Amino acid sequence: MRTGISLKFGRIPYILLGLLIALLFVIPLFADVYIIYMVINILILSLFALSVNLLLGYTGLLSFGQAAFYAAGSYGCAKILVAMDSPSLLPGVFGGLLIAGAVALVLGLLCVRHTEIYFAMLTLAFGMMIYSLALKWRSFTGGDDGLVGIPRAPLEIPGLFSLNMTPMENYYYFVLVVSLIAIFIFYRLVNSPFGLTLQGIRDSESRIPFAGISVRNYRLICFVISGLYAGLAGALLPPLENTVTPPVAHWEHSGHGVLVCLLGGIYTFAGPIVGSLVFFIVKDIIVRFTEYWLIWLGIIVLILVLALRGGVVGTLQERLFPRFGARLAKEAASERTVEN
Amino acid sequence: MSELLRTESLRRRFGELIAVDGVTLSFEGGILTSIIGPNGAGKTTLINLLTGSLPPDSGKILFKGEDITGIPTEKRVKKGISRSFQIMNIFPRLTVFQNVLLPVFSCLNKSMRPFSSVQDHQDAVAEAERILEDVGLWGKRDLPSGKLSHGDQRLLEMGLAVAAEPELCFLDEPSSGLNPVERVRVLELIKKMATAGKTTFVVVEHDMDVVFSLSDRIIVMSLGRMLAEGEPTEIRENKEVREIYLGEEL
Repeated sequence: MRTGISLKFGRIPYILLGLLIALLFVIPLFADVYIIYMVINILILSLFALSVNLLLGYTGLLSFGQAAFYAAGSYGCAKILVAMDSPSLLPGVFGGLLIAGAVALVLGLLCVRHTEIYFAMLTLAFGMMIYSLALKWRSFTGGDDGLVGIPRAPLEIPGLFSLNMTPMENYYYFVLVVSLIAIFIFYRLVNSPFGLTLQGIRDSESRIPFAGISVRNYRLICFVISGLYAGLAGALLPPLENTVTPPVAHWEHSGHGVLVCLLGGIYTFAGPIVGSLVFFIVKDIIVRFTEYWLIWLGIIVLILVLALRGGVVGTLQERLFPRFGARLAKEAASERTVEN
Repeated sequence: MSELLRTESLRRRFGELIAVDGVTLSFEGGILTSIIGPNGAGKTTLINLLTGSLPPDSGKILFKGEDITGIPTEKRVKKGISRSFQIMNIFPRLTVFQNVLLPVFSCLNKSMRPFSSVQDHQDAVAEAERILEDVGLWGKRDLPSGKLSHGDQRLLEMGLAVAAEPELCFLDEPSSGLNPVERVRVLELIKKMATAGKTTFVVVEHDMDVVFSLSDRIIVMSLGRMLAEGEPTEIRENKEVREIYLGEEL
């Protein structure tokens, strides 16, 4: 029988996760503003990539229009913050989130009847419509100048507390907490009966009705949730940058989301998050050497995708976990015999 | 026993081809019926019409007296009609256990639950365990189902079909493409599930040994029409049936 002191392999993932979260919380204590700014961006991209992957990896739908919902979140948040007499962060962020969800509901009704390439093309088309709106509706969106002078409003609940968000590290903690909560909810979601049903739709769309499930309803709900996540990611941006410009709505931005998912691994939970990290690190390094960073990024992504099929996380799981998994199983078995 | 499902002059054509040509038939609860007929007789089309995969051009389908002609598949499943597929149709990336859990959740109206862990639902887990024991895949529950052998996938396919707790379940060529050992396992399973009595099975089959060993009643189709129906002994004697299966030992 094992004693309680010995390290159990089953606990290692939790310990690592705990260390990672602890690290994220202490980063502002020693890192400079640039690093903090980068990590905020990685967190925002992670949320955006998760929204892409809810469709791509979990439901089998490739969307090239996620940037539209991201932009809806960004512009929505920016508009609300600018319009408020005394701006407050929460109404801005949640307002942006809800606006994105509403846009996703409308576009979703039109898109989810279709699958595969038709779905991808439709989302691309609607995405570019939103981009045109952002670009051309000058009186509302500021055209290609975008919206400027968006305040990094304080986080406050009237009568309870008010936290100044102007220092970068304060805003960092806000983004971190919001992201961790959103990621936790995402984790619960994909491991729930609902998440299982989505994965069933991905695996066999034609079988799902014979389980008594309407493919279209589930796709629509999934599309809206995905829009909410993209919108949340987008809504966190304006207070950081103090501005929003049309490129956030461009399909290239949607493409980044897809790329990040492929990099990290679409059939894994952590893939999009790890992909975001890799994306930013690679980009940050290349930009130091050349302004044509996209070409090099493309080549590196190509190599990574070809060499690491299933993405970084997928490959790690496949290569490391057979051994790791075997140890886990052994432990579980020995525990069971102990119980008996 | 009471009548479960009835059709009234059901018709469906594909261009010039009339795949199902005015079929009127009924299935009774507790009677294992087989539908046989040469290739192109319209057997699979008939099942597609009955389960809602295809709309009929004309005619009516009544399930326990209720007109279900126009309602979509998922609602028919909720009313108690299910099927298995001729071409394997499982969820290949999900584990065997998850495959069965999925329709079980739907059956318990829990598919929409967004925030509870799958493992929290003891009722669903227990039901999925029972089904996996029944079809004999308990030992392989944690494998991705796409990695199962052909025969095991077929057993899983049947597990999925009955997981929705149907009153009426169509099995489309359950033994096709299986080796003799696997075929026996599948046959045993059908017999076992049929005698359990919860579900009435209708089997579409090519293999005559299978048909005559299983069925209480046989329907013969040819060129979209119902040629004959009756008990296995009657069908064996039937002249017309012998003609279309010319040369085959009936």
